[in-house]
Amino acid sequence: MSGTAPPRVVIVGAGPAGIRAAATLVEAGLHPVVVDEGHRAGGQIYRRPPDGFTRTPEQLYGSEAAKARALHGLFDGLATEGRLTHHLGSSVIAVHEGRLHVLGEGGLQLVSYDRLILATGASDRVAPVPGWQSAGVYSLGAAQIALKAQGVALGRRIVLVGSGPLLTLVGAQLVKAGADVAAVLDTSPWNQQMRGFSRLAARPVVALRGLILRARLGRRYYAGVTLERIEADASGVTALRWRDAGGREQLTPCDMIGMGWHLRAETHLADLVGCAFAYDEQWRQWLPKADEMGRGGNGVYLAGDGVRLLGADGAEIAGRLAAAACLADLGYPAPAISADLHKLKRLERFARGLATAFPWPEAMARTLPNDVIVCRCENVTAGSIRESVERGGGEANRVKSLSRVGMGRCQGRFCQLAAVELVAAKAGCTTEAVGRFRGQAPVRPAPIAAFLREG
Amino acid sequence: MITAGRIVRLAERGRAGVRFFLDGEMHSALAGDTVLTAMLAAGHALRTSEFGPEPRAGFCLMGACQDCWVWQDEGPRLRACSTPVAEGMRLRTTPPEHWP
Repeated sequence: MSGTAPPRVVIVGAGPAGIRAAATLVEAGLHPVVVDEGHRAGGQIYRRPPDGFTRTPEQLYGSEAAKARALHGLFDGLATEGRLTHHLGSSVIAVHEGRLHVLGEGGLQLVSYDRLILATGASDRVAPVPGWQSAGVYSLGAAQIALKAQGVALGRRIVLVGSGPLLTLVGAQLVKAGADVAAVLDTSPWNQQMRGFSRLAARPVVALRGLILRARLGRRYYAGVTLERIEADASGVTALRWRDAGGREQLTPCDMIGMGWHLRAETHLADLVGCAFAYDEQWRQWLPKADEMGRGGNGVYLAGDGVRLLGADGAEIAGRLAAAACLADLGYPAPAISADLHKLKRLERFARGLATAFPWPEAMARTLPNDVIVCRCENVTAGSIRESVERGGGEANRVKSLSRVGMGRCQGRFCQLAAVELVAAKAGCTTEAVGRFRGQAPVRPAPIAAFLREG
Repeated sequence: MITAGRIVRLAERGRAGVRFFLDGEMHSALAGDTVLTAMLAAGHALRTSEFGPEPRAGFCLMGACQDCWVWQDEGPRLRACSTPVAEGMRLRTTPPEHWP
């Protein structure tokens, strides 16, 4: 390869997957370009507070502090030594003909690539609850980010709802930090949780840690609840109405509600570069197709929660594997992969156990009353989504153009999964048959001025 | 520490102060606060919804939901969850009057 410029590999995302991918490429002698929305590398789970904050990684990340320290140190070292280029505070808003359109503080710039590694992560998978448009309703991830990166609770009296590992974790973290957590309400009943339990034994330490965290919640924790309605006044949330597993009506006064049912993969860029997608019945969402190494085709590689929802440990492994695949395809010596592939399979067994134990509340989404807002961006209701199915049939993009669900500024990230359940129920077809909203550039809002050039 | 607004400061309270204006009134925040934290320490909402009567106060805090874009007296809108508050910022919960 002497005499030719080294291949340009660009990584989108500087969480656990992106950092491991970058380090693997650097070890092979390449100089990767890393584009990330954060101001400091770490991603969401290992997100760092701004300069001047004083809590230690042990205080911020608990049992995962050593992993966070290692990743932050690794990335900062490579950046300081000039062995990678870091575009921080920058969003990729479009991809076209081998070039990323990157919007940062200095405006829009084009970044070309020979190979692209997408490590775009995930956000909370949320489902509409009547009244969830009110001020004071947040995702579970938001509650955790507020605590980790800002040292604050988003309300004086907090109720957390949903299902999955983050529900317990955020609850325990807030309690430990001194927040007033009134209740932690899990929509998964005990018998459902037991169904996933055998596969959770694939990671006994992690499973045990989860049980210990849950024990810390004590009598705040309820399994098998039904969420009825968020009450609000002119300044925001005032209470949550719910039913316990025995069907008894409960009213819990609160001014903040955090919600989430595990994770939703961030796939807009994979869509724009033309990756194929497949519907995953267990995770109840569309995911980009990739081989076990993360090859998505056309020089694109996928790693982390943006392609398979395995969490941070899985993301680190997937980042290494995607970089190894990229190196092999470029004709570079690639690191050994068999141990990583083996570990990844074990993590996938565990993750699928979690998906069984803490499922997406499909029935809740399908039976939402007509007046309930499904799209928080533009207040599109369940009724208008059902009406659009009557007019245009049960195809996702038809419903999107008729009802505007998924056309708001979040581009369907927080309404799509509930909306397609509603459409499937109304049209009498499977959720897979409804399809998925097509991604459209720009995948983040961009000011018109960013596209204007002088001269 | 319970603030005048929505949020409660649980840690990292020893930072330097930053002054900013919210709807014309001066408030103080802490260096390193995001615009979202600063505004919600002073009040209960970031903006009003264009599509309904309810106020909004952000949702995902990781730049994905776009619920927290706020207005300034002058200059571009800001995504409150990912913009640090700066001394003298003039933020508002409603669009400026000259906005069409």
